[in-house]
Amino acid sequence: MAGTKQPPLSARQSLWLIAAALAAFLPLAPYLPQWLGIMTALVFIWRSALLWRRSPLPPRWLLLLAVAAATLAIAIYYRTLLGRSPSIALLVLLFAMKTLETRAARDGFALVLLAYFLVMTQFLFSQSLVNAAAMLLEVTLITAALLIMNHQRQGGVRALRQAAVMLAQAAPLMLLLFVLFPRVNGPLWGLPSDAYSGLTGLSETMRPGSISQLGRSDAIAFRARFTGRPPAQRLLYWRGPVLTRFDGGSWSMDRVFPRNTLPYSAAGTAFDYTVTLEPHNKPWLFALELPGSIPPEGLLAADYQLLAKVPVRSRLRYDIRSYPGISAGLDESPAILRQALQLPPRSNPRARAMALSWRADIGIDDEALIQRMLAYYRRQLFSYTLSPPLLGEDSIDEFLFDSRRGFCEHFAASFVFMMRAAGIPARVVTGYQGGEMNPVDGSLIVRQFEAHAWGEVWQKERGWVRVDPTAAIVPSRIEANLASALPQGEPLPFLARPDFLWLHDLRYRWDALANTWNQWVLGYNPERQREFLANLGMRSPDWQKMTITMTALCGVLLAGFAIWALGSRRKIDPALAAWNRLSRKLERLGPRRVGGLGPRRVGGLGLARFPWEGPRAYAERIAEKLPMIAAEIRLIAAIYEELRYGGAASREGLKELNMRIRRL
Amino acid sequence: MSPTGDLQQHFITWALRGKAPETSPIVLGRRRVFVLPTLAGLAYSAALTLMLIGAINYNLSLGYATVFLLSGLGVIAIFHTFRNLAYLHIAPCRAPPVFAGGKAHFCLLLTNLRALPRLAIRLKLPLQAETEIDVPEDSGIEAILELPAPRRGWLILPRVKISTSYPLGLIRAWAYVAPKMRCLVYPTPAKQAPALPMGPGEDGGNSGGNAGMEDFAGLRGHQAADPLRRVAWKAAARREDAPLLSKLFAGAAAQTLWLEWDALPARLDIEARLSLLTRWVCDADRADLSWGLRLPDKTIPPARGDEHCHACLKALALYGRD
Repeated sequence: MAGTKQPPLSARQSLWLIAAALAAFLPLAPYLPQWLGIMTALVFIWRSALLWRRSPLPPRWLLLLAVAAATLAIAIYYRTLLGRSPSIALLVLLFAMKTLETRAARDGFALVLLAYFLVMTQFLFSQSLVNAAAMLLEVTLITAALLIMNHQRQGGVRALRQAAVMLAQAAPLMLLLFVLFPRVNGPLWGLPSDAYSGLTGLSETMRPGSISQLGRSDAIAFRARFTGRPPAQRLLYWRGPVLTRFDGGSWSMDRVFPRNTLPYSAAGTAFDYTVTLEPHNKPWLFALELPGSIPPEGLLAADYQLLAKVPVRSRLRYDIRSYPGISAGLDESPAILRQALQLPPRSNPRARAMALSWRADIGIDDEALIQRMLAYYRRQLFSYTLSPPLLGEDSIDEFLFDSRRGFCEHFAASFVFMMRAAGIPARVVTGYQGGEMNPVDGSLIVRQFEAHAWGEVWQKERGWVRVDPTAAIVPSRIEANLASALPQGEPLPFLARPDFLWLHDLRYRWDALANTWNQWVLGYNPERQREFLANLGMRSPDWQKMTITMTALCGVLLAGFAIWALGSRRKIDPALAAWNRLSRKLERLGPRRVGGLGPRRVGGLGLARFPWEGPRAYAERIAEKLPMIAAEIRLIAAIYEELRYGGAASREGLKELNMRIRRL
Repeated sequence: MSPTGDLQQHFITWALRGKAPETSPIVLGRRRVFVLPTLAGLAYSAALTLMLIGAINYNLSLGYATVFLLSGLGVIAIFHTFRNLAYLHIAPCRAPPVFAGGKAHFCLLLTNLRALPRLAIRLKLPLQAETEIDVPEDSGIEAILELPAPRRGWLILPRVKISTSYPLGLIRAWAYVAPKMRCLVYPTPAKQAPALPMGPGEDGGNSGGNAGMEDFAGLRGHQAADPLRRVAWKAAARREDAPLLSKLFAGAAAQTLWLEWDALPARLDIEARLSLLTRWVCDADRADLSWGLRLPDKTIPPARGDEHCHACLKALALYGRD
């Protein structure tokens, strides 16, 4: 290849390359900054216009200038060129520019490789079934473009079909490698800091409005599948970050001391279930209150929060058991109780004053104080809304006495504040409440809009007790779901709306499929791989065994292909075979007849058919040299012609041909 | 020769396994088809390695799937490429004679007995450009290979490299064949040549005004020595780019034209003589004359027509070579 000048690409090849480039770019487009997407689209349009008008490609210096300018724009936009998003933006940019520089086959091939690469980068953003289907289509199109690059005369449909056939043949190999290639848990090295941007979920802190923000998202937080019957809807409190510190504005997690033993003893009804947690890049897991076992990936903090050993950056599955009726913390340490009473001095004076006056009224009865607070919410006509008004510095005061409109975090925060002000140890617990049972596959789906915050108070005889002020105002939020709790006209996320029942059914089916997909394809990690292979009968699978099995099975597959490649010699047309037999017979027969004395191997009359000789020409030549069989040979040639080129090959004709050749 | 070139030569000798020239038809059996990745194939595998590292690093299950699918595609391409070439039948077809200094055209018959076409088959002679050809399913096609023919005599077809990188260009399959095939190369006709030696009677008896008695015998290329009145102006006027022709007249007695080696000036060397005689043969043939050729070792009796012309040119081509 080196040294020889490469032929320029034809217009047809260029067109296919542009189509392949477009196919690789489109799925990425939604994840790129808008201006870059538009610019890339413009470059493609420009390239197509050049092709249409058969104009020459732009000079190299202009391209270099454009690339430099766009690189600068990307650097300014992201304020860096490192990291995942800027790298992909840069890759897309270079890719688009390369389409303007496809002169020779080499450029075309470089473009195809880049296109294959871009196909993979879309999975950094989404790995849904739709993306997988898109990947198959894109790869088929790009492969067809590669086919046409290698064989200019090939038709488009034919190239697409050929690409599809080859990919279908590659599929068994893919499956084998996918199942058996020893998986390792990434990352191999430090990932750029923005690698997990765009993941939604609860955070370490809570301020007014932070959870109602999540209420607008119908992304899935996690799925749970119970081995028996799931608990009642009102018991589905999925415990997440426990927020003990309050600085007047926001609530945050305390320093926690994680252990791998339970600080309380299990009691009551147990529920066993498996959680499939979507990545949220935070170091905690979710479990029903209160967890009765600790999964190997996690630890239990002193405030009963289930922590993950490493931030959850890929979908995580864990089996866990919970006891909803457990009471914990009867002998809570004084340090924790002290922390649960902490309040910033001089904040929210009105709320503090009210709490103190209530305490003076009621005396030492903590339970009565709690009931008074809940009654206060009900009596003062507090309303539950997804779009609460913005609050100022003394947010609790403003909420309790002025705005009186809020989402669960407002209620939880004000409740815990009041309790602390009245001398009751209390803390805010965030997490999810509820979940939706998918009747198709029986899994409980918990979405981001089910994010919730509630309170937890400590009582001497009962330990830590959950008190959910939201339930006091809108019981239906807890008994049923978010949609029933919100007043009409609130902007609900699409999937939280109660209408379009048939759509819901469709969604359940789709979600069940997506769940299977997540479990078996996307969640195929080292643990799952070992489990799966062990189920298939591989004893204690490790990477050596996997490699050996993979190699062996690939070998078998390849041997199959080798047989296909070698053994598919087309069976020769029987008429042609008979005709060749005649030629060989005449070749042998010639010298024997002429020489008279036995078979002479050398010489001969040259009666064999020349490769380029048609049946009629051959028959005439033989007829001339061997006049005694002239009539017969002409007849045989006529039969052969009819059989081979006449369209309908009949068995009788073939029989006659064979007979006559034998008799000759 | 450079060490790599030397190595290549050894490889080719081994690949052909001393069979050159081979008897036809040559079948590209699986033992003689070689398969290696191309530069593009190496780039492809490098890109896949990069993608695999990316998939591992970011835990992309579908990234793995993509990489494995593309690896599978690369492996499948090996078989497709191999299959595209294996069991192709090659038979020498014909190689029409050419004049030295021209290009010989070797025609090979490629036969495909499979139900699928073999696409983008490339044939290459050493130091020559590649020819690309598609062999349709279940039939044959003629591939024509061009080779410069600098010297007269037999031009043996050198080994032919048959290769293909279809379908994906990632893998190249190739084989060497040396079909038994040769092309006859006639000597180059001399550019400047005296008029045909028409014999003694022609000039003396018939050059006068006795025009009525002359029988028009044909045309031949105009030469500087021909009298102007013999130019076939009508023939020249028919086409703009037609060469000037001279009318030839058969004399009173039908003379036989003898093209004789010994009649040429003694100072000419062998090749110059052959070249001159070739020119004369061509001229005589174009004028549709009857002529004989007398070489020191061979005499071809007078005749006319294509066969005769070929016989004479062949004798000239092979003079001193057999």
